[in-house]
Amino acid sequence: MKSLKLSALLLAALWLGACSSNTTKDGELTGDDVQVEDLGAETSGVNGSGADGDDMGAEARVVVGEGDYVGNELNDPNSPLSNRVIYFDYDSASVRAEDQPILDAHAEYLGKNPNISVRLEGHTDERGSREYNLALGERRALSIRQLLMLQGASADQFRVTSFGEERPAVDGSGESAWAQNRRVEIVYTGR
Amino acid sequence: MAPKFMRILLLTAIFLLPVQAQAVLKIEITGGSDAALPIAIVPFGQEGFAPPEDIAEVIKNDLASTGRFAPVDEQDLISRPHEQADINFSDWRLLRSEGLLIGKVESQDGDNYQVQFQLFDVFKGEQLVGKRYNVPASGMRGLAHQIADIVYETLTGEKGIFSTRLAFVTQMTASDGKKRYALQISDADGANPRTVLQSTQPIMSPNWSPDGDQLAYVSFENGNTEIFVQQMRSGQRKSVASFDGINSAPVWSPDGKKLAVTLSKNGNPEIYLMELASGDLLRITNNSQAIDTEPVFTPDGRDIIFTSDRGGNPQIYKVPANGGRAERLSFEGNYNASPDISPDGKTMAMVHGSGGKFYIAVQDLRSGSVQVLTESGRDESPSFAPNGKLILYATEQKGRGVLAAVSVDGRIHQRLSESGTMVREPAWSPLKQ
Repeated sequence: MKSLKLSALLLAALWLGACSSNTTKDGELTGDDVQVEDLGAETSGVNGSGADGDDMGAEARVVVGEGDYVGNELNDPNSPLSNRVIYFDYDSASVRAEDQPILDAHAEYLGKNPNISVRLEGHTDERGSREYNLALGERRALSIRQLLMLQGASADQFRVTSFGEERPAVDGSGESAWAQNRRVEIVYTGR
Repeated sequence: MAPKFMRILLLTAIFLLPVQAQAVLKIEITGGSDAALPIAIVPFGQEGFAPPEDIAEVIKNDLASTGRFAPVDEQDLISRPHEQADINFSDWRLLRSEGLLIGKVESQDGDNYQVQFQLFDVFKGEQLVGKRYNVPASGMRGLAHQIADIVYETLTGEKGIFSTRLAFVTQMTASDGKKRYALQISDADGANPRTVLQSTQPIMSPNWSPDGDQLAYVSFENGNTEIFVQQMRSGQRKSVASFDGINSAPVWSPDGKKLAVTLSKNGNPEIYLMELASGDLLRITNNSQAIDTEPVFTPDGRDIIFTSDRGGNPQIYKVPANGGRAERLSFEGNYNASPDISPDGKTMAMVHGSGGKFYIAVQDLRSGSVQVLTESGRDESPSFAPNGKLILYATEQKGRGVLAAVSVDGRIHQRLSESGTMVREPAWSPLKQ
């Protein structure tokens, strides 16, 4: 179907090319070519790996593995390990003092379970440049990784990804939304 | 206020639209210049048929959108000539409009039309320019933009940009509550939008190749940033960078052979040059504590301008395109980012942060003087028009992302509004080659 459409387009382009020659009659008006380039329709490239992309949605995270390879401790709502989101101040990658105990618990758990790995996803609020925010999100995730590694986790247990401001936890503007969006999510992914 | 039947009509229209139909970006002029030049544009003549496009209307809108032309209201037109012989110049002089544009459309065989136009200097009673074209129905709108370019250049001496295109990213929430992202391109007036990529994951930072045939962009479709290059005509695309860490901020070199990109594969975001044919990488920045990103070439290709927080907060720097010592360019305020350089290399547009708000500003690269051009405080992603006269950027209106443009002197403001979707990350295509 798609290739049919494509060849139709090509044909159209060729045909337009053939038709775009000038007609010059009286000397007063000098014709110009109407360029095929102006007329061609761009083909729409549809993301071929949509299925993979779908898997990356927020919901998919829940599906990945709980119960399979994640220990009971991780599922205990009273454990500090149940806190998997660390928040940051504006344009900062420094961990707040109150979050240190949470990170201590994750570091200890990862140290004790070298087969378990996590994905650290860095995010920012929507303010300022998107590309700069992408880098800032990574810096936040790396700062968490460094703290966890200082306390016994090892480098090969981590995958670091930044989403910058592209995947806010909360839509909308204002400090309350922004504060919830400046974060690193600790996502347990298994071994 | 709209009559009820109109609303019903609208509703019906919405239901009749195919699913993939998109709202059209529409230009509103939100501020203009007082010195706009009056121009009389006579509806093009036609013989007993309705042409697929109202060419005169498209030209009128193009010229008016610049804020530099004030087309005469249609009801004030003294007469409606389609041929030079029918023009009585002494009548037209009363209108105070210096320029008079006339033309006509004739139906040819099949789907083809012959279009001609003539632009006159009313005071001299002379033709300034006139052309005739053969065009299929599908090319009529493009032709109208081309004529607008010729009229604009004839009257101002500057290149017209009405035949160029815009690329931008849209985001909408589907009925399942999930977000959908699309990379779209449209004509420069926002009309004729078409999707070149759709994804369930974010898309960022489109950038046109110098020949306008390809777009480089960033897609999260595989769970991490990845740089793609896509041919506009075939839709064929290729992943060019998918290293660990950040793969982002692609921008073409002026010769079209390289991309400058931001990669953090070695632990920290640094700027690299990628040879497109071979994939070879040359590292340009080397600053392990700092974020270096958002590269853009100077038009001569000699330097790369980029954003770095090596001085403690984001500022704009310049480095030779083959590497070397970086020199700081921005000094006003504690947040300057997203640089773009005008085609003549003299002016830098940037996002200028002040008091937690973000504006589009321009800096004269020789004198260093900075002028803030916008007011909303939610402005980002500036992109120069290929004639250097306008800066397209993303802003917000009632909590929704919209595109806007401002003239480099800050006097003319346009907004491209679209209903329903968030629009952002605009990139203005180069001129047609």
